[in-house]
Amino acid sequence: MSTTAVKLAPAIRTSAEAQASARRGVAAPPATRLSTAAAAASEPAANPIGPRLAALGRSVATNVVPPVLVIGVLLVLWELLCHRPGAGLPPPSRVVTETWDLIVDPFFDNGGTDKGLFWHISASLQRVFMGFSIAVVVGVALGTLVGQSTWAMRGLDPLFQVLRTVPPLAWLPLSLAAFRDGQPSAIFVIFITSVWPIIINTAVGIRNIPQDYRNVAAVLRLNGFEFFWRIMVPSAAPYIFTGLRIGVGLSWLAIVAAEMLIGGVGIGFFIWDAWNSSKMSEIILALVYVGLIGFVLDRIVAFAATIVTRGTSAQ
Amino acid sequence: MAYLDISQVGISFSRGGRTSEVLRDVNLVVEKGEYVSIIGHSGCGKSTLLNIVAGLLRASTGGILLDGREVNAPGPDRAVVFQNHSLLPWLTVRENVSLAVDKVFSGKKSRTERKAWVEENLTLVNMMHAAEKRPNEISGGMKQRVGIARALAMEPKVLLLDEPFGALDALTRAHLQDQVMEIHARLGNTMMMITHDVDEAVLLSDRIVMMTNGPSATIGEILKVDLARPRRRLDLVEDATYVHARAAVLEFLYARHALPALAA
Repeated sequence: MSTTAVKLAPAIRTSAEAQASARRGVAAPPATRLSTAAAAASEPAANPIGPRLAALGRSVATNVVPPVLVIGVLLVLWELLCHRPGAGLPPPSRVVTETWDLIVDPFFDNGGTDKGLFWHISASLQRVFMGFSIAVVVGVALGTLVGQSTWAMRGLDPLFQVLRTVPPLAWLPLSLAAFRDGQPSAIFVIFITSVWPIIINTAVGIRNIPQDYRNVAAVLRLNGFEFFWRIMVPSAAPYIFTGLRIGVGLSWLAIVAAEMLIGGVGIGFFIWDAWNSSKMSEIILALVYVGLIGFVLDRIVAFAATIVTRGTSAQ
Repeated sequence: MAYLDISQVGISFSRGGRTSEVLRDVNLVVEKGEYVSIIGHSGCGKSTLLNIVAGLLRASTGGILLDGREVNAPGPDRAVVFQNHSLLPWLTVRENVSLAVDKVFSGKKSRTERKAWVEENLTLVNMMHAAEKRPNEISGGMKQRVGIARALAMEPKVLLLDEPFGALDALTRAHLQDQVMEIHARLGNTMMMITHDVDEAVLLSDRIVMMTNGPSATIGEILKVDLARPRRRLDLVEDATYVHARAAVLEFLYARHALPALAA
């Protein structure tokens, strides 16, 4: 039986041997086959690595294999459809070869707008970061006001409901007229796009603060500031973060369109520039980056939400 | 002089042009250190009365004096133990109590004194072992004990308990009742408790205030429970005074002031 154990699980034997020698605290003497096999057989619990690796492998397999498979099939389909000469889009193989320089060197800077993708994307991210940050502050503040005061809700809610349906780019001419510069205009468009879901979700969160918590605050005589930080924000945090997630997604949607119009450095302008020079491959590469970064932004906000709202869900 | 003086209190709510009177002419005097229970059928306005004393609701008529001062706003001198514990779920047990302690004693106790006071109150309700747990990690009875610790830690002049054991199973409830009696004996707090449990009222109270049915509910009768303390539930089962008090409350609730729906 011990020989079958050795044959079936060489990995088990080595790990058990390593642990056994470590426990002895001295360099293990060169063990014979038989003694190590006996150690493996007598210590079934001293083998946590093998099954854990297997479980990890299984979870990777179930989560990674399907998307990889689907993407592979789609790429092959795309390659087949666009491979013939005269196709409207380049096949993936040509996209990679044509944009290889951009992929391997995202950091070059030849002055003007002739920069690597890293610089374009970071310029776009900076605008989103600024516009979104302003939107968070203003959105949470206005949402708190609307959620807390019935009068403010009656006065402001109709306004919000109408303004939030205005498409982001419709604000651009107005903001260009007001700021007379591309950079603040783009930031304003990001702000005005992402602020509505933050306002509305915060207001719902504030309105849903249980009366019990308000009673506790009243008995303790918390002042407005304490009530805001100790009760309102934690209690409404799940709602606020829902608004933030929608908001960050919308800002990333809006920045590309806004940058196409205002020009300068930015991923939106990069796409427009590539279109003007008929570089389809570069557009496709840029779209891949835009999609991946949008995904990462969403994940970051979601991650922040899980940390901040840990334990805020009432039983 | 009366410690807590509720005189001629009435309250009406109006909604959509219709005014409904919930309480009318409620008069009650509670002495310092007394344990008073308020019992009545659902909807008779007993919780409303407690909320008026707490200051969470304003009486339409009449007024309340506590230790010679008028009550017109909520405050830590009338700490409330809420029926559904009302602990803040994002704070640990210790943080829930220290939120109250830090606020109430911010100028009066040093940081170390406040920390010790939080721990003293958690120890009082035997919850020190779970101080770092969050409310959703502890049982319903434990949550209510923390709610009691939070209220006691405010050193209230009167402790208001709003059906504090209503949501608990019978065994946990009995255990908590014993703990509350012990705390009352040790600290001598003035307590006012809402309940719908006759045995609980008789076991814990010095006096039982029985409310008539609404609308326009008021105090129907006040029963003095002449049982020596400390009281032990097992000894009382066949005690004549206990049995008599219990019968009197039951008679009031189910014979003279039965709910119309039940009487039919």
